[in-house]
Amino acid sequence: MAIWLTKDSKVIVQGMTGSEGSKHTRRMLAAGTNVVGGVNPRKAGTTVDFDGNELPVFANVADAMKDTGADVTVIFVPPQFTKGAVVEAIDAEIPLAVVITEGVPVHDTAAFWAYNVAKGERTRIIGPNCPGIASPGASNAGIIPADITGAGRIGLVSKSGTLTYQMMYELRDIGFSTCVGIGGDPIIGTTHIDALAAFEADPDTDAIVMIGEIGGDAEERAAEFIKANVSKPVVGYIAGFTAPPGKTMGHAGAIISGSAGTADAKKEALEAVGVKVGKTPTETARLMREIMSAG
Amino acid sequence: MDLYEYQGRDLFERHGLPVLAGGVATTPEEARAIAERLGGRVVVKAQVKVGGRGKAGGVKLAEGAEETVARATDILGMDIKGHTVHKVMITVTADVAEEYYFSYLLDRANRTFLCIASVAGGMDIEQVAAETPDKVVKAPIDAVKGVDEAKAREIVDAAGFPAEVADQVVEVAVGLWQAFVAEDATLVEVNPLAKTAEGKLLLLDAKVSLDENAGFRHPDHEALVDQATVDPLEQAAKEKDLNYVKLDGEVGIIGNGAGLVMSTLDVVAYAGERHGNVKPANFLDIGGGASAAVMANGLEIVLSDPSVRSVFVNVFGGITACDAVANGIVQALDLLKQRGEEVTKPLVVRLDGNNAEAGREILDGANNPLIERVDTMDGAAERAAELAAAGV
Repeated sequence: MAIWLTKDSKVIVQGMTGSEGSKHTRRMLAAGTNVVGGVNPRKAGTTVDFDGNELPVFANVADAMKDTGADVTVIFVPPQFTKGAVVEAIDAEIPLAVVITEGVPVHDTAAFWAYNVAKGERTRIIGPNCPGIASPGASNAGIIPADITGAGRIGLVSKSGTLTYQMMYELRDIGFSTCVGIGGDPIIGTTHIDALAAFEADPDTDAIVMIGEIGGDAEERAAEFIKANVSKPVVGYIAGFTAPPGKTMGHAGAIISGSAGTADAKKEALEAVGVKVGKTPTETARLMREIMSAG
Repeated sequence: MDLYEYQGRDLFERHGLPVLAGGVATTPEEARAIAERLGGRVVVKAQVKVGGRGKAGGVKLAEGAEETVARATDILGMDIKGHTVHKVMITVTADVAEEYYFSYLLDRANRTFLCIASVAGGMDIEQVAAETPDKVVKAPIDAVKGVDEAKAREIVDAAGFPAEVADQVVEVAVGLWQAFVAEDATLVEVNPLAKTAEGKLLLLDAKVSLDENAGFRHPDHEALVDQATVDPLEQAAKEKDLNYVKLDGEVGIIGNGAGLVMSTLDVVAYAGERHGNVKPANFLDIGGGASAAVMANGLEIVLSDPSVRSVFVNVFGGITACDAVANGIVQALDLLKQRGEEVTKPLVVRLDGNNAEAGREILDGANNPLIERVDTMDGAAERAAELAAAGV
């Protein structure tokens, strides 16, 4: 088992016919993901061949779900069209929408999130600006490389793509239940807290790695949540201790505003609730290794 | 992107909000022209993106053109908390009776927008909120429904604006929200929102931040960037589509992925504590597809920073294969040589992940004495810091 994405998940791709969409559809299929089709209103009714795997293209998410039973969509459409694509997924009430697209205006994200809330949050949104979600050995929805690690009993939630890969690599001998990249934008659909709650409830996850970075107060709020709700061991890592205030460090959300959002504040909040925080990714992996080997 | 006050004032004016007549000057002569156009008494305000300019002497009243020229001459070139004043805004004055506060901003924690309003304006709103929290209203705004007259009325009532200005505040609240959405702003702050002695409402200050991700629907926003204050290396990087931030250390950093690069800065800074306190010289994320051309551009930018003594290339091959990255590095050095910019500073390279072994072999095979391969991130950071310290 895993959280949110399992071997039974049926995945469609919005933007499957585009260059990024088709490249990663091929990779997802190679990773064993059950990709069942794509969405592109201008190419509805056609099929796309992925190394002998003929995938149908549908006019919209609702049609694709009706025909294939899909319950996950991965969204690769350009920023200009992302809001429309997510709204379409919400309207179709697909259980999980993974938004890979980088550079989505924050007003658009705020709008589709508000729309999702108004509709009763029937769709879990991961991202935008994220690498997606992978349950090693079972399914892979997004762009996380499938061959870094195998299945295991660590859960991973991270704002950063490459740090996710780095941590998966460091702990590849132990393996992961699910790795979730929640993205580095100021507004995101799934938060650290959502993932922590799901890992706490997942019988196949024994311990959790949480990776954060400067900006906002998501890590501080996650610390409060851990104190009240998480019994499994959590190891943390925060990037950006040496980042200067007022500068955006790559991710749109990675910015220290005044005295808020610093890495030190996040580390202190996590340590105050008993989370061990590594100084480097490697040290963080070592802390997790100690926990897993202590059983 | 944070705007200057005058840019915010212009933006408010374009959206039909009540602001003082004025203009912006970069020279005393331009200031004279504006003062002559406006006539009478004016206020000359330093344009810097930092608070406390009044206390620093960056805001002065002037009577007539001659005095305006004198005040502008005083203020232009002034240093306010490390910011040099290149521009002054000149506006007519207002007879202020009361000062309020009004803003819309992004509320990350609640994944929506927030309105903050208070009848206690003209001072630091965080201080007002700490000392007299009952005077500050924080109202979440639904991103879909926005702020219509009814919502604005609700905020105005909750904040306790006086009856005689309530209708005007409602109008400003709706207009300001429309500007906030239309311009893809992440912050519009008016402090003070003033009531004049004649009972008219005016937006007397403007703090505006715009979302750079929304640039594709605002081609006009590009012109708001103040080229004079942009770091030349950051500008050169931007022209090459590279995500670069200039810092003040000695170890050049190139990596893939924002999180990994941020982490690399930290790891180098820790290592620097053991090696002459060297620090990272920059943030540079070359993203997913690290081709030779991208790597060459990145190296060129990083190495053109004279404070750089060594470079740490830290790549985790996810989608990108490390052999491609290694080829990129080797070819980039050749490319730079051809461009007449032969590299003389040492490069410490750490490759892990997808095809790391093949990548390492390529680096070894290149037999370039400048390239040093270290296979762990912490070890490579240590070595890069050591080399930078030795080169100082």
